[in-house]
Amino acid sequence: MKLTLALAQINTRLGDVPANLEKHLALAKEARSSGADLLLFPELSLTGYVLQDLASAVAHRPTPDDPIFQPLLQASHDLDMVVGFVDEDKRHRFYITAAYLSRGEVIHTHHKVYLPTYGLFDEGRFFAWGDNIRAFDTRFGRAGMLICEDFWHASPPYLLWLDGADLFLFTSASPGRGLRNEPQLESARWVEHINRAYASLFTAFVAHANRVGYEDGLNFWGGSTLFDPNGELLAKGPYHEEALTLSQIDLDQFHRTRARLPLLRDERTGLVMREMGRILSK
Amino acid sequence: MNDLTINTDLARKILTGFIHSEITRAGYSRAVIALSGGVDSTLSTYLAAEALGPQNVLAVRMPYKSSTPDSLEHAQLVIDILGLPSITIPITDMVDPLIARFPDASPVRRGNVMARARMIVLYDQSEAFQGLVVGTGNKTEILLGYTTLYGDSACAINPLGDLYKTQVRQLARDLEIPEPIIAKAPSADLWVGQTDEGELGFTYAEVDQLLYLLVDQRYSPDECVAAGFKKEFVDTVVKRIQRNQYKRMLPPIAKLSNRTVGYDFLYLRDWGT
Repeated sequence: MKLTLALAQINTRLGDVPANLEKHLALAKEARSSGADLLLFPELSLTGYVLQDLASAVAHRPTPDDPIFQPLLQASHDLDMVVGFVDEDKRHRFYITAAYLSRGEVIHTHHKVYLPTYGLFDEGRFFAWGDNIRAFDTRFGRAGMLICEDFWHASPPYLLWLDGADLFLFTSASPGRGLRNEPQLESARWVEHINRAYASLFTAFVAHANRVGYEDGLNFWGGSTLFDPNGELLAKGPYHEEALTLSQIDLDQFHRTRARLPLLRDERTGLVMREMGRILSK
Repeated sequence: MNDLTINTDLARKILTGFIHSEITRAGYSRAVIALSGGVDSTLSTYLAAEALGPQNVLAVRMPYKSSTPDSLEHAQLVIDILGLPSITIPITDMVDPLIARFPDASPVRRGNVMARARMIVLYDQSEAFQGLVVGTGNKTEILLGYTTLYGDSACAINPLGDLYKTQVRQLARDLEIPEPIIAKAPSADLWVGQTDEGELGFTYAEVDQLLYLLVDQRYSPDECVAAGFKKEFVDTVVKRIQRNQYKRMLPPIAKLSNRTVGYDFLYLRDWGT
């Protein structure tokens, strides 16, 4: 089975959800007409990133009657989509969220579980911490979503893997930093390394959509990537420029790679569990 | 020696993108820059011209009677190379009546008056040309506080503020800025014979090495001494950084209400754009 995946590395308007929605719908149309089956938007793609006190003002519920999700769900009849937004739960906590939309339904939402609150980041001040890491079934197989800092930690991708995810759908609004005498920023190098590593370690497809543009003095570096179960780079978006990057995935690659390299078969989850129990009970 | 070398293609791309983004989002398409003919203002001008188109960057020359002729000539060189609109407004007639009232005023005091007179002229040109003021301060001088508050530090956006002087020079060379501009001794040119390095008491090459360890690599002052820097030099620089923190911040507002600008009323400038 083959699947065409599209990485939408967009710029956003800070706090202007209707304008960002319009861009999402236009790109959904463009991606569909180019043959895409699944379209991945970056973290907080409907709102912009450094929201601060705007966080509560731009929040939405991913429901069919929501004015932003109604047209997105409509568009998801043509192709599956991952969008980034601020979710306000019933008790009015605000989460950085990714939603997987397919055939008019919200199949899964992921609340960011690691909120960086150090250095230039201040997410923990404005957002609630997600508390679940779950894989979910799509029409292309079982998938998992993580948002930026989530996959700077090794455990969330590992948990998704054990929960059956073969398609890792990662989204970021990663501020560029660490200019050295190299063709890419330190932040870009780091993220590319770990995404390649996850694809290799989990013999899985790892897609990463990262945004571009500026917010005040911060630049977002783009460079969205898609790695295959052999850890090979299948597609890469340009740095610092908007782009829709398409690539075809051959899901039969799992059969070939995992016949050669049975890391999933041999993973000793019972041992992990036992040792984790010992370590945590110290 | 720590290698402060940067990838200048990447720096150029990020900085021109920054200038274009932040000026257009504010609703403008033009910039004004105080072009002294030094390497910092020349680099800012080159980047702005690339980001916005040379016709949209107004170079403003503001000589004082004691300014070196080099300054005007080097600025003219940049104006000619890039094909910029320009204006020359001498500040002598603005500055001298105030200084005349205080004949004993120190050079620093006079220098501050000149820097602030230039700010007035520049912001007036900003309104007249409908362009935002692009700053020229680099990371070294921001950290050392080697700047006049509300004078040369005043700007709408600052593309160079995260580049050390050493890196400004590297980027300037790669952008093919004329060598005499890069090679001459850096000077605020506020009085005859003034040079940055003479006034500071150390060279940019030396202090950039130290600042890189202190700031970027988070070395403690003791660790810097252990890494080979003289203790006196480290102490001087650390003190300067600390003493000048006020120049890097908006004035603190005394908090009274539940929601106060600067503490818990938090929005980016790019809010809504």
